[in-house]
Amino acid sequence: MSTVDSPAAGRPPAAVARRPWSRDRVERLIFGVLRWVAIAFFLLATLLPFYYMVLLSVRPIEDLLLRPDSLLVDFSELTFSTYAEALRPVTDAGQGFLTFLGNSAVVASLSVVIALAVAIPGAYAVSRLSFFGRRQVSVLFLLVYLFPSIVLAIPLFVLLTQMQLRGSLIGLVLVYIAQTVPVAVYMLRNYFETIPVAVEEAALVDGLNRLGVIRRISLPLAVPSIMATAVFVFMVAWNEFLFALLFLVERRDRWTVSLGLAQLSGSIEVPTTVLMAGSVVITVPIVLLFFFTERLLSEGLTSGADKG
Amino acid sequence: MPTSDTGTTRRSGATTSGRRQPTMAQREARTGLMLISPTVVIILAIVLVPLAWSVLIAFQRIRLINVARTGLFENLTLANFATVLGSDALWDSLLTTLVYTAGSTLLAIFLGLVAALALRRPFFGRSFVRAAMLIPYVAPVVAVTFVWKILLNPEFGIVNSWGRQLFGWDDPVAFLTQASGEISLFGLDIPVPTALLTVIAFEGWRYFPFAFLFILARLQAVPATLEEAAVIDGATPSQRFRHILLPQLMPIIAVLVVLRTIWTFNEFDDIFLLTGGVAGTEVVSIRVYELLQVQRNVGAAAAQSVLMAAVLIILLGAYLWLLRRRGEETQ
Repeated sequence: MSTVDSPAAGRPPAAVARRPWSRDRVERLIFGVLRWVAIAFFLLATLLPFYYMVLLSVRPIEDLLLRPDSLLVDFSELTFSTYAEALRPVTDAGQGFLTFLGNSAVVASLSVVIALAVAIPGAYAVSRLSFFGRRQVSVLFLLVYLFPSIVLAIPLFVLLTQMQLRGSLIGLVLVYIAQTVPVAVYMLRNYFETIPVAVEEAALVDGLNRLGVIRRISLPLAVPSIMATAVFVFMVAWNEFLFALLFLVERRDRWTVSLGLAQLSGSIEVPTTVLMAGSVVITVPIVLLFFFTERLLSEGLTSGADKG
Repeated sequence: MPTSDTGTTRRSGATTSGRRQPTMAQREARTGLMLISPTVVIILAIVLVPLAWSVLIAFQRIRLINVARTGLFENLTLANFATVLGSDALWDSLLTTLVYTAGSTLLAIFLGLVAALALRRPFFGRSFVRAAMLIPYVAPVVAVTFVWKILLNPEFGIVNSWGRQLFGWDDPVAFLTQASGEISLFGLDIPVPTALLTVIAFEGWRYFPFAFLFILARLQAVPATLEEAAVIDGATPSQRFRHILLPQLMPIIAVLVVLRTIWTFNEFDDIFLLTGGVAGTEVVSIRVYELLQVQRNVGAAAAQSVLMAAVLIILLGAYLWLLRRRGEETQ
């Protein structure tokens, strides 16, 4: 691309626009069209796989093998038996996704509660109080956030084997907390910093101590950010795969949703359409949760990005 | 107590006798330490100590069978590194990892940039489109890899059945199990690493929302006056992008490159779930997993993972050094 070929000094921009096929006009036209092409492309690319997921979950497997190219469902063939089979427990000729959902819900909720209980005071301390090692702590969190989880997986795997904690959900919860707390602290800290110090100082002058200020002033103000952080932790815990695979693979009754789907899709006995029903079941909660909190979450994660 | 020192000096410098009545700064420092300690303890216990231990394990002869009985400093050896470094597959997998990382990172950021530019100005339904574009990133990785596997399935996947009908492919393409294929272009048969490219495409699809989100946030913070001035000066859209927007976006793009490089380099789930590491997609993290779970050689797995972290640190160090040197040159 060339340098800016600015029009002769003093010429009003209207003169440029009046020229029939100026570079400016051509480009405006092209990019105006390309913009809509791009929007359509991205919409298709992101939504089509999910549409395909839902579509395959309500089609009988014979129909899929017969007409693999169809993107429409024949209403007379529409079936929800796939969902029933996916959700039923193994003892009842199902695949046990309900158990997986239960396990994941327990793991994710526990992770959210504990991670928040740890991260809220931590974030407050980092944003408001000056103490020895405050800056080092932030660097430490960044490192943890960036460090490869597979490096971490080996010692934790060995440790849990030694403590015979493999197959229990507690080990998993601990790992998820450690993985999410640094980001949670970062998200919450950004928010705490937007609360005017004067508000808190007024409360201090009025006789509240620090903990009182946090509980009565800062926490109620930070509720949106706390919600966003909770959703973030929940999503990480719900979607995580590697540690679930390492810790729980021998115990089918403890499988989380991710592990369950991965293990079952490896076997040839389970029909694809049933597994698609399983995929829908594990994806829907997370996508709904995300849609309800999308604004909050995006802002929480990208705050600071717009400062350059 | 070191805390009280820094606390008081940083605050006002006016130190009163802190023994009976701690100053406000001292009390703050104490509260701060109290509040931060749970976080620090958890990170020490579950991240830092295991990391150090991982390095130790890398120097131990330790297998899954004797893992419960091996003491902390028993069976020290260098054999693990000899095993890992002596393997021919290591260099292949390192190269695969580098190609995979560079390709995925660039593709994801490029797509994110295009998407952010397309969605920059408001239009009807923009918030819906914006939210929809984030779904690949938030949906469970296991579910999306499964859908991709079925989409690309040679027997009943829709991509192959459409490819044959619309584009006249002769044979179905085994996107995820074929190490190399050929594309006929102008009568030339160009060999391509099919599975690796497919995995890179998946990474671009799954992670462009992340780049999109950050670039869009930055785009919307670019002062409108900058562009207005450029319009008055007669700059065309492409010139405005090249000379006004891109310089504004470069810092966030540089950050995204670092983040995505780190995460893709360590990525395990996506490749493991899509191809299982076959057909020329065996990246280093898959090798670590195989050493651990298939060969059950814990020591070698740890050695491999430590090496992987070392390579990553060197790469990032070089990148940051380059960035700084370029920053100094322009000043």
